[in-house]
Amino acid sequence: MDAAGPYDRAKALNAFKAGDQIFYWMTRIAALSVLFILGGIILSLIAGAWPALKEFGFSFLLTQRWAPSADPPVLGALGPIYGTLVTSLIAMAIAIPVGIGIAIFLTELCPAWLRRPIGMAVELLAGIPSIIYGMWGFFVLGPFLANHFQPFLIWAFEGVPVLGTIFAGPPSYLSLFNASLILAIMVLPFITAISVDVFKTVPPVLKEAAYGVGCTTWEVVRNVVIPYTRVGVIGGVMLALGRALGETMAVTFIIGNSFRITGSIFGPGTTISAAIASEFAESDGLHQSGLILLGLLLFVLTFLVLSAARLMLLRLEKKAGS
Amino acid sequence: MSDLSVSASPSVSMPPPSLMQSDARPKVSVRDLNFYYGENRALTNINLNLAANRVTAFIGPSGCGKSTLLRIFNRMFDLYPGQRAEGQVMLDSQNILDPKLDVNLLRARIGMVFQKPTPFPMTIYENIAFGIRLYEKISKSEMDVRVEKALRGGALWNEVKDKLNASGLSLSGGQQQRLCIARTIAVRPEVILFDEPCSALDPISTAKVEELIDELKNHYTIAIVTHNMQQAARVSDTTAFMYLGELVEFDQTNKIFTSPTDRRTQDYITGRFG
Repeated sequence: MDAAGPYDRAKALNAFKAGDQIFYWMTRIAALSVLFILGGIILSLIAGAWPALKEFGFSFLLTQRWAPSADPPVLGALGPIYGTLVTSLIAMAIAIPVGIGIAIFLTELCPAWLRRPIGMAVELLAGIPSIIYGMWGFFVLGPFLANHFQPFLIWAFEGVPVLGTIFAGPPSYLSLFNASLILAIMVLPFITAISVDVFKTVPPVLKEAAYGVGCTTWEVVRNVVIPYTRVGVIGGVMLALGRALGETMAVTFIIGNSFRITGSIFGPGTTISAAIASEFAESDGLHQSGLILLGLLLFVLTFLVLSAARLMLLRLEKKAGS
Repeated sequence: MSDLSVSASPSVSMPPPSLMQSDARPKVSVRDLNFYYGENRALTNINLNLAANRVTAFIGPSGCGKSTLLRIFNRMFDLYPGQRAEGQVMLDSQNILDPKLDVNLLRARIGMVFQKPTPFPMTIYENIAFGIRLYEKISKSEMDVRVEKALRGGALWNEVKDKLNASGLSLSGGQQQRLCIARTIAVRPEVILFDEPCSALDPISTAKVEELIDELKNHYTIAIVTHNMQQAARVSDTTAFMYLGELVEFDQTNKIFTSPTDRRTQDYITGRFG
């Protein structure tokens, strides 16, 4: 580029290069900071949990008793772990079919005039603060379930093996089931919103092709829309599950905060986050360290669940032959 | 060219009877068909017959209503609110436009192959078995036979027989299109609609698909929309030229391409517009 004319092209390019470098480092620092923050949180959790970890070791996972003021104190995480898994599981069992069902209705079946109101209602559901869900669950939903819904199930399954234990009485305002239901309502918008978005990405011609071999709407959704959008839908479900596992305030209100495991989902229980929230303020020493260890466990639990989901996704993809 | 006089009047939409009905009975007959996108009329007074076991090609410039007409035959326009058809489209003795008609059953009888290949997100085997399973309960071994037969019918069997469990999306564009054709014939339709089936394919794949269409007409009634006039000339027995939502000329293919009656047809096939 000798004949570059009156101005120096190389110099102009150099100026751009400097800008490029600055931009590169800014984005790089932003990305790396995520790693630092994550590492820092893990390290401080481990440091905080160390005394409890040293004291109780592996038996922390398997002990049901939670007696911080006993002498010597006994702390076991089995109750909160059980509660966290059970409430999340029930919540997802309710929210996945309902959430995807709403998404299918909105994208495939809904008349145009109804689409906006329903879509907005779902979005607003996501905007309600969790403390409001907690109060509503405590004052409205809990009593309603205890007076009308639970007695029916308890009566229906009385004497049936296994199910009889799961739905054993007495009805209660504060129970694992109530907390699960509230969780289901809270995570529903995540599943619906993401499903709607990914359902919209299905090419119309693909759907037409399926209708073209004589499919009904249900068959098109089941065999074309959902397989095509599988990864996105599962992503939405994972996001919801992450929220369900860690949700604190609403659950603390209505779960009953009991560390004892009862076989019935109508009995009170606790989750890891609810236990931390309700006890952390007045804890110290080994008790506090035990709560931090609970927090570390939640971290690990969430990580395990998300990895399991990833694995499942990989296997699904293999099965579909892609 | 002795029968020039038969269809002497220009832009008359009725097929010349002597040509159209002498050697083949009509499988689909369209009478006084009008089609609307909301307030816009997209098709005006269409009258024509699709002869059984013949290939009918629809040509014309973009937006002339060819694809619209094709999408009426299997009521695909039903999926979209605001689109409606008036008139009569008889499949044998049944009116396709009858609102009481079971659309899913109709679409099983009238298959469609689209412009872009549309394999479903599942294995090659499942792509074929899927449509069969909608209407028939058959054993695994019978299904294997049907799938093989359909893939052979789609001239794809030799290329995929060792990888039936691979994803349909892993095939090349031309193979995908033949998979879609195989999928369409697997449900044993009576009529097959091709909507520009080769516009996304390379010349070799195009030749294969054209060969296939030629074989398929022994068993099916075929309608094909194409922008490629050589293709229309190669594969079809009769050709319909459409312009601005009207059927301008409808005649035997060799006649349309050698001695069209209408001035507009002549202009179009000689490349003066469109």
